[in-house]
Amino acid sequence: MEPSDAELIAAVLQGNAASFEPLVKKYSPRIFGTARRYARREDEIADIVQEIWMKAFQKLGSFRGDAPFEHWLMRLAVRTCYDFLRAHQRNRESSFTDLTEPEDDWLDRFAADPDNAPEDAAAAKQLIDRALEQLSPPARMIIQLMEIEDRPVKEIAELTGWSVPLVKVRAFRARAELRKILAKIAKEKYL
Amino acid sequence: MKPGKLERKLLAAAKAHPPSDAVPYAFEQRIMTALLRAPVPDAWAVWAGALWRAAAPCIAVAILCSVWTMVAPKHSDTASNNLSDDLEQTVLAAVTQEADALQ
Repeated sequence: MEPSDAELIAAVLQGNAASFEPLVKKYSPRIFGTARRYARREDEIADIVQEIWMKAFQKLGSFRGDAPFEHWLMRLAVRTCYDFLRAHQRNRESSFTDLTEPEDDWLDRFAADPDNAPEDAAAAKQLIDRALEQLSPPARMIIQLMEIEDRPVKEIAELTGWSVPLVKVRAFRARAELRKILAKIAKEKYL
Repeated sequence: MKPGKLERKLLAAAKAHPPSDAVPYAFEQRIMTALLRAPVPDAWAVWAGALWRAAAPCIAVAILCSVWTMVAPKHSDTASNNLSDDLEQTVLAAVTQEADALQ
């Protein structure tokens, strides 16, 4: 029988660092999925995930065990991704004039018939990725967690460490910021 | 083009394409190597570092106190001009009072 998370954590805290490896193996897919929502390049993603695991190892003593280890780890992951966004926010400025052909085609189809433009098209995903990259770090974090992952306000507050009112205020500002960016796309393409 | 509708479509597109959760080959070995290579903080080194960081503020406070004792105006004519006399009088106040009472 495989040891439980609690048993592995207890072993690590007693000095058996090798017991950390099964935890890394078990939760890395989830952490990679989270990191890929905030970074594009695979080397950056691997660095973020490594930083998350290093922090998890160093702070393991602060894990009280009253909630699942996965929740504690996800809080750490989201906060590390937010730090990454803040550290890389200078790269946000870009223009929508350099759209790829599929992105351009998708926008044309949307302009012609908004209801029938396909949502599962890769071009639409690329467009939203471009828009998300231009958002400020808190706005991007909120749009990702609230609008794309459909997480409730309370859960976002727990994940990010922000208060519930702050999450609501930031959500309001984030939606306005996203609408402004999308209006910019429309303006650059059709004016 | 309606930005509100575009926003809904694009967010739906983002939901329809969740990111991959693939883990690079032997990633857990990379993590374990990094963990074992990470320097273990030495308690004495942390203590020595803290002492060095505290040294500058302590020196600054000592200099300020020295300057203040030299520059501060005298409060009254009855007070002694000598700081060491004042200190001695305060520290030995209880002994002096007891001696006075016995006399």
